[in-house]
Amino acid sequence: MDTLSDIKKPENLVYGKPALLTDNIMHYCPGCSHGTVHKLIAEVIEDMGIQDKTIGISPVGCSVFAYNYIDIDWQEAAHGRAPALATATKRLCPDKYVFTYQGDGDLASIGTAEIIHACSRGENIVVIFINNGIYGMTGGQMAPTTLIGMKTSTTPYGRDPKLNGFPLKITEMLAALDGTAYITRQAVHTAAAARKAKNAIRKGFEYSAKGIGLSFIEIVSTCNSGWKMSPTDANRWMVENMFAKYPLGDIKDVLK
Amino acid sequence: MAFKGTIEIDIQRCKGCSVCMDNCPNKCIRLSKAVNSKGYRYAELANDGCVGCASCAVVCPDSVITVYRVKI
Amino acid sequence: MTEKILMKGNEAIAISAIRNGVDGYFGYPITPQSEVMETLMKEKPWETTGMVVLQAESELSSINMVYGGACCGKKVMTSSSSPGISLMSEGISYLAGAELPCVIVDVMRGGPGLGTIQPSQSDYSQCVKGGGHGDYHCIVIAPASPQDMYDFVDWGFELAFKYRNPVIILADGIIGQLMEKVELHPSKPRRTDAEILAAAPWATVGKPAGKERNIITSLSLDAGTQEAFNRKLLAKFREIEANEVKYAGYLTEDAEYLLVAFGCASRICEAAVDMLREEGIMAGLLRPITLYPFPEKEISRLASRVRSMMSIELNLGQMVEDVRLAVNGKCPVGFYGRQGGNVFTPEEIMEEFKKFNNLK
Repeated sequence: MDTLSDIKKPENLVYGKPALLTDNIMHYCPGCSHGTVHKLIAEVIEDMGIQDKTIGISPVGCSVFAYNYIDIDWQEAAHGRAPALATATKRLCPDKYVFTYQGDGDLASIGTAEIIHACSRGENIVVIFINNGIYGMTGGQMAPTTLIGMKTSTTPYGRDPKLNGFPLKITEMLAALDGTAYITRQAVHTAAAARKAKNAIRKGFEYSAKGIGLSFIEIVSTCNSGWKMSPTDANRWMVENMFAKYPLGDIKDVLK
Repeated sequence: MAFKGTIEIDIQRCKGCSVCMDNCPNKCIRLSKAVNSKGYRYAELANDGCVGCASCAVVCPDSVITVYRVKI
Repeated sequence: MTEKILMKGNEAIAISAIRNGVDGYFGYPITPQSEVMETLMKEKPWETTGMVVLQAESELSSINMVYGGACCGKKVMTSSSSPGISLMSEGISYLAGAELPCVIVDVMRGGPGLGTIQPSQSDYSQCVKGGGHGDYHCIVIAPASPQDMYDFVDWGFELAFKYRNPVIILADGIIGQLMEKVELHPSKPRRTDAEILAAAPWATVGKPAGKERNIITSLSLDAGTQEAFNRKLLAKFREIEANEVKYAGYLTEDAEYLLVAFGCASRICEAAVDMLREEGIMAGLLRPITLYPFPEKEISRLASRVRSMMSIELNLGQMVEDVRLAVNGKCPVGFYGRQGGNVFTPEEIMEEFKKFNNLK
């Protein structure tokens, strides 16, 4: 029987850090979903062999620094405006793969007009939407996606619809628009979920090359610092609470 | 067919979030007693039950886990 | 022989963009400049030069489309009018902060607020002094005719790429709507991908393996890095101020009195100067063509030779502040302006000029 050090040989390697992830240590909190999603995107770009054809657009929010971690060309957008940058980039460079990476505050609050119209125009881009129901970078304020009753620094007694309105299911709204090709909601809290999310991201990139419209991949995520939980408790809380409001699965696929 | 596997953890980059532990089907990862240079307790192999399924590495937000596997 | 065609200033912007190899135009309708996008859509340049033309959902979006296109090293532009430029100010600050080249046309109307759709020059301070947040300058060039509108598009891109900085063509409703003969200079093709990479090695168009990735951002959380960047911008602005000042003098060399005016106001002042000269009053006119960089050395030089200067503007007195700074007390500085879309006549200017200078 092999000893453990005998097993650690290149020919036995089954999984490791993708080459397209840089060596920079991520600034995200321990257990943050951003790191996992970054890795999946890097894997998809690597698997498809499109590093030299891919342009990423990072938002304002915790993932503003996404450009430090995936080894591709990046543009950093103003808060909410990433779909406008992506629109021009894709139209001016139609043979490239263009994706935006946006949080819920960026995409579903300040950038609502930009995402709706990019979807409506059927821009051939991929949008990765991280929904953790909170503003992470500014210190845990209410987001449009914050659940009813959820405590944040601007809803310290819990989100009250009379005071704060209702959670916005923007993904379902976007699915109603004719310009969208593929709309799905995924998560990365388990290996099985992360593998499904990766397939969804890959499908989005493939669809964007077909010229059939916008692909939108929501990842229901945790913000354990903002939620004030341990990373593993946050994952459990997400399954019990977030998935009820934001159920996982494909919402629209024009090729099915 | 059975597998035997192992993992290698980049302990200086590990933030001790424990998501890997939660995802290990054989419960063979634990947090270290020692801390790394950033002050985090890091993930380490707890026993020889690893089958190289890579579940831990797939969910690791910081990509610190490398997985090896052989058929036995 | 160069082709001459009768057209509006707004149309000249559009035709020039197509003929000078512009890669993309992103806009949103607003009076009095909507003919720019209308002309582009009618001309369908995507079928000839491959130029992209897109109507965005707002000025916020159109300026950020410009940002995205500029990140790719492409020649991209937008046009709008005053309230639209206010909406774009965030994006313009980001463009300046990321050092991106682009051309923005502001066909000014009266404000503040929704104001009026009549011509005005009341965005001088907004465009020349900033408009958006942070320490930056746009290069601002002021056309006075449809021919200028045509010529300034290409000149604007030349400056924008030379300095990696946004350029504003600061026009007004008169110049936008005025029809005159425009000489169409020989056209320039769009740049090839190889030419773009040579001119803009920083462009984000996909990173080949082995090459360092390009990142375009205006973020630097570290105070030292941010200050170093601010000082780098300052050095660039000093270079622009040293090299790119442009102005036109009309009868300035023997002038005893000077009018200072830009854009459409300079044309009216030219007529006023002629009328004053007919009465034996030695007036002259200085027309700043670049508003940033401002022709302060020329104004300072003339200030030591003339009895007075008077800034004539279609606003409450914005450029006059820069004239005063340049004059620095060497001679009295006066101001006359009209607002709300009202335009002064040469006679009116002459009367105000005489009043200010105690002449009969």
